[in-house]
Amino acid sequence: MTDAMGIFDIMLALVLPWLGWRLLASPNLFRAVVLFISLGLLMSLAWVRLHAPDVALAEAAIGAGLTGALFLSALRRLERLRDSERRLDYAEKREEEQNLPPEKRRKSKPVAYVLALFLLSVFLLLLGGALLKTPVAPGRLGPAVAGQMGQSGVQSRVTAVLLNFRGYDTLLEVMVLFLAALGVWSLTRVRQTPQEKVPGPVLATLVRLLVPLMITVAGYLVWIGSSRAGGAFQGGAVLAAAGVLLLLANVTVVRQIPSTLLRWALVLGPLLFLLSAVACMSIGGNLLEYPRQSAGSWILLIESATAVSIGVTLAALYAGGRPHEPAAREAIVDKSADTKVKNGEGA
Amino acid sequence: MSTIFLYNFSGLALFAIGLHGLIRSSHLLRKILAANLMSSGIFLIMIVGAYGPDQALIDPVPHAMVLTGILVSISTTAVALVLVCLVQETTNRALLLQKRKREQRGRTDA
Repeated sequence: MTDAMGIFDIMLALVLPWLGWRLLASPNLFRAVVLFISLGLLMSLAWVRLHAPDVALAEAAIGAGLTGALFLSALRRLERLRDSERRLDYAEKREEEQNLPPEKRRKSKPVAYVLALFLLSVFLLLLGGALLKTPVAPGRLGPAVAGQMGQSGVQSRVTAVLLNFRGYDTLLEVMVLFLAALGVWSLTRVRQTPQEKVPGPVLATLVRLLVPLMITVAGYLVWIGSSRAGGAFQGGAVLAAAGVLLLLANVTVVRQIPSTLLRWALVLGPLLFLLSAVACMSIGGNLLEYPRQSAGSWILLIESATAVSIGVTLAALYAGGRPHEPAAREAIVDKSADTKVKNGEGA
Repeated sequence: MSTIFLYNFSGLALFAIGLHGLIRSSHLLRKILAANLMSSGIFLIMIVGAYGPDQALIDPVPHAMVLTGILVSISTTAVALVLVCLVQETTNRALLLQKRKREQRGRTDA
């Protein structure tokens, strides 16, 4: 058994860099993205082998699934842009562009490339040496965390670190996610999907079956996070996957979600997290120092709100832009209604 | 011991391939893929650092940090992908060109 596992480890450790190399070397971008997704799935196998089930869940859902979806949608958008460009007869420029990388660059500056390669390998040798020199002390902070588990209010050690012992890391991380959503929203508008585009029967049935199941799984992951692998990140990622499915199927309900509701859902997690951090200070502790008796409930409350926000944020990142203002749309509708009424009165 | 060495090597190789790709590739989408590879390598090395042969000996702090890192890396990727789309919209290509080359092209066009 151990031998078989050892062989598996060797194969996995070799396949990961090989896949990385293949995906960067492949001339076809679509193929590169597909290879990237498979690399993410293999990475999650590696996490399982290294006894990191929390990270494995997050990697499979976020690292492989949602990042892959983001790449695929960006690729489709780039290709659509290029196609429209072709229609504008930029063929000449395109040819030039195709000829430029990477052959031309390699020919023009071999010295710079060799120098960069040399510096890169020196850097890596130093890094590898440092890694080899680092003493391997099993446990490290493990015993310290285990000793404080009684105060944390949860049984899972990773959740205790994430939301109690190093809660401000997670607070800042939720803020980073919020900032990313703000950045994407301020850069672009969401792509307009044609209203009459209906999903095929397979996709529609799949959405109808899977979305309720995924929401249940997300809730379960958040709940079980207090004692086993799981938590707000994994639950939020599953929620986001449900959102991506709904966006793909172009369900009418999703399109009609008012923008204000979406904004509140984005803010909910960060706001609640920040409020509870400050509330802890007003009770008498430090920032994010929950009262010991009720720490478990505080963590569950924060995790649920954060999971909803993470799900909505990741789905919004996939949608790739701020939604069209419903206010403006309504105003147009109102105006036309007004004019109709006026016309009616006039007639 | 050998597991630690193996996955350390794997993480270092992923980081190296990612760094090489980041410098070398010209298409911006591939540069983002390369940056993601680098982060995967770093995560691998961090988790290997927390590894122990027994479940009780495992250090949960790097696990929590990697979980945070995965979410931060998807955030940066999302913003970078939108920027790439904007670059292609404005310049008709998703490439970064050196200044000198662009000037030369400007002259030949003129």
